[in-house]
Amino acid sequence: MEVLGALAILFAFCLSVYAFIGSVVGALRHRPYLQKSAERAVLGVFALVTAASAVLVYSLLVSDFRLAYVTAHSNRAMEAQYKIGAWWGGQEGSLLLWSWLLSLYSAVVVWTNRNRHREMMSWVVATLQFTQIFFLTLNVFVEPPFRVLAVGRGVQAMQDGQGLNPLLQYWAMVIHPPMLYLGYVGFIVPFAFAMGSLITRQRGDAWIHTTRRWSLITWGFQSAGIILGAGWAYAVLGWGGYWGWDPVENASLLPWITATAFLHSVMMQEKKGMMKVWNMVLISATFFLCIFGTFLTRSGFVSSVHAFAESSIGFWFLGFLTIGIALTAYLILSRLDYLKSDTHLESVLSRESSFLFNNLLLLASAFAVLWGTLFPRISEMLTGEKITVGAPFFNKVEVPIGLFLMLLTGIGPLIAWRRSSWESLKRAFRWPALALALTMVALAAAGVRHYYAVMSFGLCAFVTTTIAMEFVKGSRAIASRMQINLVRAAFELTHRNTRRYGGYLVHMGIVLMFIGFTGAAFNQDTTREVKVGDRFPIGHYELQVKEVTDGDTGNYSWQRAVIAAFKDGDYLGDLTPERRIYAASRQPTSEVAIRRRLNEDLYINFAGMSETAAGQAIVQVYVNPLVSWIWIGFWVLLFGTLVCLVPGKVKLAYARTGVVGVYAKQSAVQK
Amino acid sequence: MKHYGRFAILIAVIFGILGWLAASGINESKTYYKTISELKTLPPADQGKRLRVTGDVVAGSIQRAGTAVRFTICEKKPSAQTLQVIYTGKDPLPDTFRDSAQAMADGKMQPDGTFHANSIAAKCPSKYEAATGARAPVQKSINGKPSSI
Repeated sequence: MEVLGALAILFAFCLSVYAFIGSVVGALRHRPYLQKSAERAVLGVFALVTAASAVLVYSLLVSDFRLAYVTAHSNRAMEAQYKIGAWWGGQEGSLLLWSWLLSLYSAVVVWTNRNRHREMMSWVVATLQFTQIFFLTLNVFVEPPFRVLAVGRGVQAMQDGQGLNPLLQYWAMVIHPPMLYLGYVGFIVPFAFAMGSLITRQRGDAWIHTTRRWSLITWGFQSAGIILGAGWAYAVLGWGGYWGWDPVENASLLPWITATAFLHSVMMQEKKGMMKVWNMVLISATFFLCIFGTFLTRSGFVSSVHAFAESSIGFWFLGFLTIGIALTAYLILSRLDYLKSDTHLESVLSRESSFLFNNLLLLASAFAVLWGTLFPRISEMLTGEKITVGAPFFNKVEVPIGLFLMLLTGIGPLIAWRRSSWESLKRAFRWPALALALTMVALAAAGVRHYYAVMSFGLCAFVTTTIAMEFVKGSRAIASRMQINLVRAAFELTHRNTRRYGGYLVHMGIVLMFIGFTGAAFNQDTTREVKVGDRFPIGHYELQVKEVTDGDTGNYSWQRAVIAAFKDGDYLGDLTPERRIYAASRQPTSEVAIRRRLNEDLYINFAGMSETAAGQAIVQVYVNPLVSWIWIGFWVLLFGTLVCLVPGKVKLAYARTGVVGVYAKQSAVQK
Repeated sequence: MKHYGRFAILIAVIFGILGWLAASGINESKTYYKTISELKTLPPADQGKRLRVTGDVVAGSIQRAGTAVRFTICEKKPSAQTLQVIYTGKDPLPDTFRDSAQAMADGKMQPDGTFHANSIAAKCPSKYEAATGARAPVQKSINGKPSSI
């Protein structure tokens, strides 16, 4: 079997090289048959990489412990879904998953564009295959997944494997890597079309129109991947938080930020023909940051809590990045003439300008994250001393940027294209500004003195009001015209322009997530060493350790604290945080107990029994207000993204006419 | 074109503020990487600085005393310098923190030669790679009974 798998990726590599050369030569010499043949080869690559992946998954499922990879990442006691999850549990397998997703995307692109974009498709295929060759090189020559354990002569099978790291044996962790990869890999498609468009010197925005859905879908996957990672950290790692500004987390956030900037700035190109160079730069930056993130997490370039395998593949990635960035920069610079803006900025008070600032801020935030992540390396190069910056640096910079972006989220939709007058602004922002002021005053009156938190809640109210106003205004117009009720009218409105109103829903999701993030300003925690039977307070809760039990399941041995929770004297129920030691890996893990409620989470970690005082349990308790809104916000965001993907009922032609800059008129013509 | 002046001013103001925030954020949270040997000969000027030190947890040295945790870390051979660390931070120690794990401690050096850490990160051999080669030393079962393998 493993020979089949190894052969499949070797052939896939050869076929991929052929597809690359075929499409480049075919395009340069205008040989349609060669171009077509290269596209067919892309489908072949997909079939072969699929076969190799199937072999690996099959070996994992049947526990074929002759394979080094299976032995290192699986064991017999593991449930089937974790055995499949072991596909991306290790370096070799996860690189194979990268290759497979890339080949899948390439095949879909080739199939859906078989009769379209003929002039640039060859270059799209060439870009895709250039990347595919890189990853298949890693699969075939650097990190082969089908190594067998050979002892002396002949193949030796192990009795049982070492198992997947128990910390990873959690549902969110099984789907988190594929989600993130779907997002990482997906951005190659808009990037490839951008390159195709550049190389063939297209003047239009065909590459943007044709990849709009791709960008949105992959952005959605990326968001899901990041949030799943945060949710896993919160529910499994036991430190009461969900985000620690660790290099690995930052690596996943970086392309997400630039992708978000890209999704906004393409609107400027579609509607106004502006920011063409900028969009090229953004999509390239996003793609290369995806590769860079993979590099960062796998090379040990900066030390991280999540130490991944440190291996030499870093040099391969650096090589690929250098060549790729150099080629892209050359292409953009040599074709600047084709990327001239059709119009120019007219006023600081215009929607164009709000888009511009949105982009600048997103880029500044990406830069700050990158700077903070690479700071140990930068300082070592400049001063010879390795200095690291921690969470306070990121919070200090990113929190104000986040708040400013929130403000723009509220302003953007209500401000007119081209230019706005103060008069129209006053009219448009009367209610949102009132909501902002009322919220802030109410919070201050209630005794909240956390400056940023007050601002954040105020801005959340501001944005919510603008979004609500947009929906109500549009729905009312439709309701009166079509004689239907407001709720149906709201559906009709959304269906007519899914992109716009789906976008608002995404914004609403972000608002809810911000509410959740802001809750962190009011976190409380305590660490206690308590005798069984004792009570202790935290916040307005009181906790009592009722008993500590233990046992053994074969897969792991466990010790569990049963803790009764009371609030204002009322018994709320028992929470049972647990400590486990897995038999196969000797890895201790803690299973935290969380009482999730909309207003706050009660989060208990059982750190074990004290070694100095007999019969004392050590527990860490956190009260985390509003955390649930992060996950709720995520679902709203995902729903909004899906709405954006539904084709709008009314086909919008992006006529490049100047929209009259009067707010009232502008909102009346929206359909 | 006259509006571009206004844009430039706005952009300059925003980036000025962000730059200032970033600079102060770096000053507030910068932590110097030091090896155990370097800590042994630390100049007095560096006593108050935030430092980060990495080493392997000496097997059997982890002691919980109240909410503080004491342990010893050692350098990789050949020098094999050791350092006593006292952790008093509020966060629970990571699950990966155990005998022989590689631990990364952030904190300050004390005049008595111990290192007071307020945060500990531990690298399990890796997040995604199971330990290759030697297994971690067998740890006693959580409830004192020998665990079945």
